[in-house]
Parts: sequence; C-alpha cells; structure tokens
Amino acid sequence: MHQFNKILIGIAFSPNLEQNIFEAIRLSNMFNAQLICVHVGKKTKEKENKLQTVLKMAPKSENEIKTLFQEGTPVAVILDVCTKENIDLLILGALQKENIYKYYVGSIARILTRKSPCSVLLLIKHSKVRVPCKHIVVNGLKDPKTEETIRTSFYVSQKLDCKKITIVEEITQQEIHVKVNDDISLRRATIAKERLRTREDIRVKDILKCIAPELKKNIETKTQSIFGKRGYSIGHYANVVRADLLIMNAPNKTTLLDRMFPHDIEYILSELPTDVLIVK
Amino acid sequence: MITKQSPFKTFLGDIPKNIFAGFVVSLIALPLGLGLAIASEAPPIAGIISAIVGGVMVAILGGSNVTITGPGNGLVVVLLSAITTLAAGDIQQGYLYTLAAIVISGVLMLLLGFLRMGILSDFFPSSAIQGMLAAIGIGIFAKQFHVMFGNVNTQGDTIDLLLQIPNTCLNFISRTGDNFMAGSVGIISLLIMIYYSKIRNRFFQLIPAPMWIVVLAVGLSYYYEYFSVQNYPIDKNLLISIPDNVLSNLAFPDFGKIWDSNFINVVIAITLISSIESLLSIKAVDKLDPLKRRSNINKDLKALGIASTISAFLGGLNVVTVIARSSVNANNGATNKSANFFHASFLLVFLLLFQEQLRKIPLPALAAILVYTGYKLAAPVNISKVFRIGKEQLLIFLTTLLVTLFTNLITGILSGIVVTFLIHIILNKSLFLFTGNVLKPNVLMYKEDDEKESYYVSVMNFCSFLNYSKLKANLDQIPEDQDVIVDFSRCSFVDHTVMENLSNYIATFTSKGGHFEVIGLDLHGAHTNHPFALRRISVTKRLAAKNYTKRQKTLQSIANDFNWTYRSLQKKHFKFLTDFGYFKTKNINKIKNVLTNKKCTLFDVIYTEGEFIAKQVIRSTMMHIRIDKPIPFFTLDRDGLFEYIYHLTGYNDISIDGHPDFSKRFFLYGTDQKAIETFFTDELVLFFESNTYYHIEATQSGLLIVHKERLASVKEIKALGDFGNRLSKIIEQQ
Repeated sequence: MHQFNKILIGIAFSPNLEQNIFEAIRLSNMFNAQLICVHVGKKTKEKENKLQTVLKMAPKSENEIKTLFQEGTPVAVILDVCTKENIDLLILGALQKENIYKYYVGSIARILTRKSPCSVLLLIKHSKVRVPCKHIVVNGLKDPKTEETIRTSFYVSQKLDCKKITIVEEITQQEIHVKVNDDISLRRATIAKERLRTREDIRVKDILKCIAPELKKNIETKTQSIFGKRGYSIGHYANVVRADLLIMNAPNKTTLLDRMFPHDIEYILSELPTDVLIVK
Repeated sequence: MITKQSPFKTFLGDIPKNIFAGFVVSLIALPLGLGLAIASEAPPIAGIISAIVGGVMVAILGGSNVTITGPGNGLVVVLLSAITTLAAGDIQQGYLYTLAAIVISGVLMLLLGFLRMGILSDFFPSSAIQGMLAAIGIGIFAKQFHVMFGNVNTQGDTIDLLLQIPNTCLNFISRTGDNFMAGSVGIISLLIMIYYSKIRNRFFQLIPAPMWIVVLAVGLSYYYEYFSVQNYPIDKNLLISIPDNVLSNLAFPDFGKIWDSNFINVVIAITLISSIESLLSIKAVDKLDPLKRRSNINKDLKALGIASTISAFLGGLNVVTVIARSSVNANNGATNKSANFFHASFLLVFLLLFQEQLRKIPLPALAAILVYTGYKLAAPVNISKVFRIGKEQLLIFLTTLLVTLFTNLITGILSGIVVTFLIHIILNKSLFLFTGNVLKPNVLMYKEDDEKESYYVSVMNFCSFLNYSKLKANLDQIPEDQDVIVDFSRCSFVDHTVMENLSNYIATFTSKGGHFEVIGLDLHGAHTNHPFALRRISVTKRLAAKNYTKRQKTLQSIANDFNWTYRSLQKKHFKFLTDFGYFKTKNINKIKNVLTNKKCTLFDVIYTEGEFIAKQVIRSTMMHIRIDKPIPFFTLDRDGLFEYIYHLTGYNDISIDGHPDFSKRFFLYGTDQKAIETFFTDELVLFFESNTYYHIEATQSGLLIVHKERLASVKEIKALGDFGNRLSKIIEQQ
C-alpha cells in the first residue's frame, strides 16, 4: 500500500491562504509526512513575508516545510514538481458557487486531477480549526483499482482517527438486466437486485478479508448498495449521510467525449459533495 | 391453508363476470363509436370497426387488464381536420387519406412500444395536457352543438362554429327550420345524459344513458312507422347511413399522399394524441383495477399500434385506450382482458343483427351524447380546479387551450410546454438551475440499513416535468407493498406535474398495503394551499409559513387525534437544546413543526455545523422529554453519533451489571457511574432492548431523543412520539 510521505500543496495569495496552509500542516502532521508548498509565480519579498507570518500562526509542523517558488503555467509547474519530488498526495482547494452550498473544482484543478501522477485530495472543508473526520465513504466498484482504494481508505481513516467507513456499491440499471414493466417483471427485478446486492456484498467482504487487521482496528465498517448513476450517486449518497470524506478510484483515461458527456468522476468534480480523495 | 388456484381456472371462473361487464360496455360503445365517427366526418361504421378490432387485438396482445379500447374522443378534432382538409374538401377521398395516416401512425406506435417510449407522457406538464383536453372538448362541443339542433350544414373552424351557436338556437326557437323535431330529439337526449346520474332507480340504471337514448330514438321511429299516421318527422339526411352489406363495403386506405407535409403533420398529431390519451387512460385505469395490478404500458402501446393499423386497413378509425368506457368496465366487475374481447364481440353481434335498427338512429341524438362529453372535457369547473392549484397553472392551461383553438393541437401542446418552462424560470429567477442540472442523474435510491428496510429516495437540484422520468424510473422499481420515503430537502424546486404524480403514487402504495411519504418540502413555499401546488425554496419566510404541506397537515391531524398541540413554526428557539452536548458544536437555524404534550416535545430542527465554506445544513427530527426529577448525565447510542462526548473529560464507558447483551449492543457513556447504574433498572434496560433504537442524550433538562440525521416521516414521528410517552412513564414510575 502506498503511504503518504510527501504532500504537496499549491498556494495562491488569496484570502483562503491561511485555511489552506493550516489544513495542509495538520494533514502532514497526521500522516507524518513532509509538506511542500509550491507557489507558481515570481518570488517577491512581500509574498515571502506574508507566507512567513502565516506559517508562524499555523499549528506547529512536526516535519520540515519546504517552500518553492517557480514561474510557469500552473498545471505544468505542479505536475513537474509532483514527479521530481516524488509526491504522494496533492492537495487542491475547491471553489464555491455563488449558490451558497455548492462547490466545484476549477479548470486548473480539474486538469491536475486528471493528469496528476499521485493521489489527489480536493478540499472543501479546509478551515483554521480542525473539523474532525467522523465518517468516510469509499467506492466499492467492481474495478481492479478498488482493492487498493479500500486499503488506502483504511490507512487514511487510521491516520485521521476516523471511526466509520461505509463502502458503497453502486448498482446500475444495466446490471439488473430486467426491465420493469408490470408486476411479474417487477418481482423478477427485485429478486435480481437482491442477488446483485448479495454478490456485491460478498465481493467487498472478500476485499475486506485481505486487509491487515491492524488497519481495521477500531473502525466500524458498513456496506451499502445504492441504485443510481455510477459516479454521481455516490456523491449524492455522501451528501445524504453527511460523510466527511469521499474516497474514489482514479478515473481511467478520459477523452474529450467523456468531458462532453460527463460520467463517473466528472460528476463529482462539477458538484463536490464533501472533501474528496482520489486514489492513484 | 390457502390453496393457490391455477390461473386458467380463475380465468374460467371469472368469465361470466367479464361477459357481463363487456356487455354493459358495448351498450355505451355502440352509440359512442357511431357518434365519434360521425363527429370526425367518417362513415359511422368506422367507429364500430375500430372498437371491434381494438377490443379483439388489445385483449390478445395488450399488457393491461381492465382497459377498454376503441375510438377516442381526443382524436375527433385531429381526424375531423384531416378528413376535411387532406383532399381539399372532398370528404370521401380525405377519409381514405386519413386511413393511410392512421396505418402509419399505428406502425409508429408499435415502434414507440418497442423503444419503450411509454415514458413519453411523463414529459408533458399536466396543466398543458389539461388545456389540450379542454380544447378538444370545445372542438367537439362546437361542432356537435349544431348537429344536436338538427343543423348539419355548419362550416368553419372551432371559433366560427362557436360564434354561430346563438344563431342555431334562435333558428330552433323560432321554428323556422324544418328540423324542429330533430332538434327536440337532440335536446331530450342531452337532458337524459345530464339527469341520468340523478335518477336513483335500479331498473333505469341497468341500461347506460347513451343506450337509453338509442333505444328511445329507435322506439320513436317505430312508433311513427306502425302507430302514427304521420311520416317520420326526421329527415333522411339526419339519420345514420350504414352500407347495406357491412362486410363487403369496407374502405381501403389511399397511400397517395404520404410525402405531403400536411399528411405528415396529421400522422404526427394522431400518434401524439393517441399515445398520450392511451397512456393517461392506462395510468388512471390502473387505479381502478380491483386486483391492483400494474399494466405493461409498452406492451399495450404495441398492441394499440397493431390494432390501429389493422383497423385502418378495414376502414376503421384508430384504436386508443379510453378512460370512460374502461371505468364503466371496472365498475361492472371486469377482472381481466377478456371483458374487452367480449365488448368487441357484442358490438359485432349488434352490427350484424340490428343493422335495420341502427339506421333509424337520428344524428341529433348521437350529437347530444358528444355535446355532453365535450362539455365535460371543457367544463368551467376544470378551469376553477386548475386555478385552485395556482395562478401560473391557469396561465399554462389557458395558453395551451387558446393556442390549440386558434392553431392546431401540436402547436398548442408545444406552447404549453414552453410556457411552463418559462414560468418555472421566472419563478426561480434562474435559468441555470434548469440548464445546468437537467441532464444530471439527480435521484439516489437505496434501502435504509435498519430493521424496517424502507426505501429512501433523495432528489437533488430540481424536479419538474423535464426530469420527472428519472424519479419515476426509480419509484417504479419499488414493490408497492414497501415503505418509501421521498426526500426533497436537497431539491430547491418541485413542480405541479411531479406533485400530482406523487399523489398518484401515494394512492397506489396505500391501496396495495405499502406506505409512501414525501418529506423535506416544509421549507418550500407554495402560493396556494392545494396539495398539488408547485413548491420552491422561498426567500421570504411568509410564503413558507402560509401554505402547509401534506406532511404538516397530517401532523396537525395527528396532534388533534392524540391530544398534542401543533405549531408549524417555533419563533423562539428552545432554551433547553443548548444544554445538550449534541448542540454544543452546532448552530440552530430554525425549529419547525412542533408537537407537544405534557412531557414530550417533538420538533423538526434545522441546524448548521461548521463555519463559512465548510458549513453544512442538516435537517433532523428530534424529541425532548422533560423529566421532573434529577437524572444522571449519560448518552446511549449505537453508531457513535455522540462521539464528541467520548472526548469530554469525565465521560466513561459504563456497562450495566447483569445485562451483558445490553452493554454489548449499546454504547453507554456517562459521568456518574453509580447514579447511572441505579437509574438503569431492569425495566428500563428491557425497554431499550425491545424497542426501536434511537440515540439518546440525558442532561439536567431532560432527555433528547434523536431519530436520524434526516427528517422523519409522519409514520416515524408517530412511533417516536409513542416511544417518548412510554419512556417518560417508565422513568416517572421509578
């Protein structure tokens, strides 16, 4: 399993600077990781002073913090640093819609999410005071990456001191194979669904069996089948149960067509339900 | 033990009932079939052919149970304009072209069935459909009113015909025309239609009103033939003409014009109206089905398509599912599709045996039946019904109605859709709410993970006729004997079409033993107090407080039943809430729907957690129990909802001696171990173990009982209230 030893945060000198840095430092302390702050732009005295004042107010970091100033286009610079420094986790802040409680990922962060070589954490809940993470929702899709994702989520919840994980199996309409027309087909569909639910449950339980007991210690694990559109519904679910963190598989390569007809992770990016961790 | 009877035996056993129902329906279908055909300027026989073919084919191939198929009144207007215009006024040739259009529209309907387009009717706003039906009603009324007075020579479109009505009346009163007798027959027939339901006589009610009209009219002609010296005073051209040999004189469609744009318009109109009329009727008839079955609408569409095609090849009108005849069918004890078949068979028998008598039916008598149906479709009471739902619905209704009258049906319904959409944009002051979200799969459904296993359906963003099909697709997958909670608290706008359809679901679930409840609308404002009024998150508080939702109304009636008091809005926040650890980190925004009795207070509370960007709005239903004696501080919980408290100093995990199972199942935390041990008597432990599980926190000001971190349905609120009453009794007794 991949551990988060090096965390990278891109900083801009915006009103959110304090919250971003505070949150990043807290996270790096929890994962016992080294934090690297990257600013894309010219290094000026003014900026450096500001950064230093913020760092002084911030919670004490247990490891050394490295700050980099580099000029160029944001995407290229950050991707470059990720590879060079061998980063494990990239932290990105989300933007908020005027419509009060909706968050989305800006265009730069979106490209970074797609192209990043490492895991990406999209934050909407960054704040100066820590909001405890109480409930993690993780996808249990039938996918080769899922096992790694679930393992990582146990690792993350141990580090964040989270007590509850819900593994969500999304069952799509196509999988049921029965179209509901009348009472008979409805009964058949209900049975088919029940069977799928059991099958998915067994699959997830098999994955859980392979996870080391010390990772699972003190964590309540639950599985939940939901019916809906893949990718979108898990976000909706995370919103309904008010999860603090949603953990998803990294998307497979996306093409232009995928962006025009959004699915899976694209839905989540356009309407973040909570903090989202995308595991690579 | 209940032995399950074989389906075939049940079928055989039910045959007498179905024969009877089919017979009664055929008595109505005969005059209506003749009348609808005449109203469309088609040969009278065309309506009967349509009913016979429809009855036989749909009974064999269809997917619904107690529906009756035949010529529909919705199509009269389309067929009439097609027959009169397609061949530039030559009615016979126009009829043949129209038959070709029906054949093609039948094939289209068959395709719609294969493409599973039964959901098509969900995309039409209900007020627009109402407006369209009213326009059809006015169309039928305007034309047939003249015929009822014996005047068959009127020309022009619906508006012209309406303007000519006073003239026809005057002519009739001044007896200038030679059709006074015919007009009298028409008026008497209309009176029979109107007062039929008011006469409470068992023998009179045995025969349906339309059949009385036919019987009396035919009787009249026999009177003149045998007993009176005068000639039959109704002119020959006012009697039904049926070819001498029905079976050999069938018309055949003429496909000569299929690439003409008018022709294509007619095909589209016929397909659209017949699908909508059929789908709406099937939905309505399903509610009348004594055995509560669900119709297979796509299979029915296919069957209707095939039936229409065959019917048109034989010279008949197209076949749709008709609501009035179907409800008569269900009311007379029909149980399966064979009733439709028997209705067709009786019609065939009538047609072959009573040709002579059918020729004696005067047109004004049939016109009276149609005037009555047309009036019922467009009755002013419908307008006031729509108005009660909301002003905006009336605007949609009237736009559709007027545009349909002045142009045609397709333009009418399209304008209805456009107006509805514009009104939604104006009401929400946002176009983006719709354009940005319309394609998103906004419905989440899952089975809740507790002992009741109810289905929880959450809807996001907005829910209107544009995306109702997504909600419907999910709801249709729930067996109707289950518990369902539909939560709209994440949805900022719900329109009238959705509200109306949901109320249909509530009815279906109730009748089949399930439970269907809508929550999360109490914050949404509505402009009227009609249950189907559209609802949106309102900026002004006044609007939200004014018109209660169904949930609020039910809560109010529960309060009356169980001697609780109900308030929809709590102005001052409860002081005691802040004493509870649960609310230490939360800001209370609003308290709504408060139910109180002596000790217990049940309420919906809306609170936020976190600040600024991380702020989350949570809506939940809770109960507070006032305890008059001192009780120890503790939390009782199973999921770790009160987890924050573990970190507070002095709170320890406590296990009660002698109840290992209880200690294993619940997390009990508290400060004063001794006091808690004495407080948790055997009786109390047993109570917690044997009842539904809630989160409980106790402080000096009483107990806070939390259901889930979502709003509770009315059913759940009742359970919660009962739990609180019993719990407070046990604690008092200690």
